[in-house]
Amino acid sequence: MDHTALSLIELGAVFFALGVLGRLAGKIGMSPIPLYLLGGLAFGQGGLVPLPDIGGFTHLASEIGVVLLLLLLGLEYSAAELFTGLKRSWMAGLLDIVLNAAPGAAVALLLGWGPIGAIVMAGVTYISSSGIIAKVLGDLGRLGNRETPVVLSILVFEDLAMALYLPILTALLGGVSFFGGLEAVGISLLVITVVLVIALRYGRYVSAIVDSDDREVFLLKVLGAALLVAGLASAMQVSAAVGAFLLGIAVSGSTAHNATRLLEPLRDLFAAVFFVVFGLNTSPASIPPVLGWAVLLAVVTTLTKVATGWWAARRQGVGKLGRARAGAALVARGEFSIVIAGLAVSAGAVVGELAALATAYVLLMAVFGPITARVVEPLARGLQRRRGHGHEPATSSVS
Amino acid sequence: MNVEVTPLPGIGVRKDFATRNGRRIGVVTHRDGQIELIVSKSDDPDACLASLPLTADEAGALANLLGAPQLVAQLTEEHREVPGIITKQLPIKPNSPFDGRTLGDTAMRTRTGVSVVAVMRAGQVHPSPAPDFTFTAGDVLVAVGTSEGLEGALKILKNG
Repeated sequence: MDHTALSLIELGAVFFALGVLGRLAGKIGMSPIPLYLLGGLAFGQGGLVPLPDIGGFTHLASEIGVVLLLLLLGLEYSAAELFTGLKRSWMAGLLDIVLNAAPGAAVALLLGWGPIGAIVMAGVTYISSSGIIAKVLGDLGRLGNRETPVVLSILVFEDLAMALYLPILTALLGGVSFFGGLEAVGISLLVITVVLVIALRYGRYVSAIVDSDDREVFLLKVLGAALLVAGLASAMQVSAAVGAFLLGIAVSGSTAHNATRLLEPLRDLFAAVFFVVFGLNTSPASIPPVLGWAVLLAVVTTLTKVATGWWAARRQGVGKLGRARAGAALVARGEFSIVIAGLAVSAGAVVGELAALATAYVLLMAVFGPITARVVEPLARGLQRRRGHGHEPATSSVS
Repeated sequence: MNVEVTPLPGIGVRKDFATRNGRRIGVVTHRDGQIELIVSKSDDPDACLASLPLTADEAGALANLLGAPQLVAQLTEEHREVPGIITKQLPIKPNSPFDGRTLGDTAMRTRTGVSVVAVMRAGQVHPSPAPDFTFTAGDVLVAVGTSEGLEGALKILKNG
């Protein structure tokens, strides 16, 4: 068989297997991300069936996957929402950073991965998965709950923090000097500010440029613009992902809505490839040695996220059950933890175990997060009943 | 009534208010126009007992069930003494030429003698709309007039 035929067969097999895994995930009501990672581990070096012929395609496809992940994240928000979200949640957002970045950084330093490893792991444990969380909130019928805006505004804060964090990380991973790093941060801050101002004031013009009534033309223009902006951002050391995120924010209104609908299947496809490639590059044998650390991180960062949500919800006057729900909802980590680890690994600036730890951690958190969100309510009610017995009568209800 | 409007970034908007017995009732409007009816629990006012997805038609029907009959019944009652005067609901359909234009633009009273006494929008009643009141599709006008006049008014709203 020639090379093309072999590549097509392997690629087809991978996609088909992912489809089956995705269906399985849907059946048991969990995020497919951990299964994609497991799929990648199985296909990769040292796995069950190594696939050497699809490297060229999957490499580029996984890059596009990251661009699309961030572009659609940006499309979710309007600039005005970002600003109000930021105003509402900056204190909770800062607490979120401190509590949840610290465990990752601490473990990385303990394992001797140096300051860059610490910054990478800090990002991995910090960022919640807005994709998983938004879906879980919808599935559990909690969109009307009073604590839900608190959860969402923390997610908005995190996504904006990503827009600052990623360029800093890319600069550091590129091994630039301290002043070079400062310069990159300065440039990225400037670019982000300019884009936010453009998005707020002239968002409709940006939308008008990419908009079209013809689906085909629209798809090509949106995708083209995203890749162009991502590429240019990358050339300016601002990270391709952030470029795509900012473009997503600048596009607004019905254009954003249509673009989301059109790009969603593409994102799902390319993001799946991204997770698989990440798994491919991690040898399954490297996971058991770091599994203990992953479990420890999972336990600690579950508690710290719950604490963050609890505190933020209490500030908005939400009751105890609602606070517990807000905390538990934030636990899931997913796509962006892998994006961060993926950036670090592909830059070759960190040790291989970091990828293994990040994989194991996200495997745990992507599965554990939605479960926590589900079981927190019965659990909290049980606790409340036991503790409230005797000295604190339950609040009486009228109806 | 103090309706609280809360943005849900990435999802849509929540609009709700507290009833006299402390429950919250409202809607979550998704970005894509999907509407959910929400009712809070009695023992945990932060959480929702139900969040029912409704189609636009269903939401409209529910709004009418809740608001319109009450208002129309009241007006009909008031006009019962006056023979030949009828109260009727007139919709602004999505393709109406007055979607986005004002009550004054319709010249309703001059052309048909019909008075628009209230506009129902998104479950809320706006009484005695001024000539600069701007309509949007989905509004329901409560109009008072003769039966011919009301028929004419319906045609005007439909065809301009």
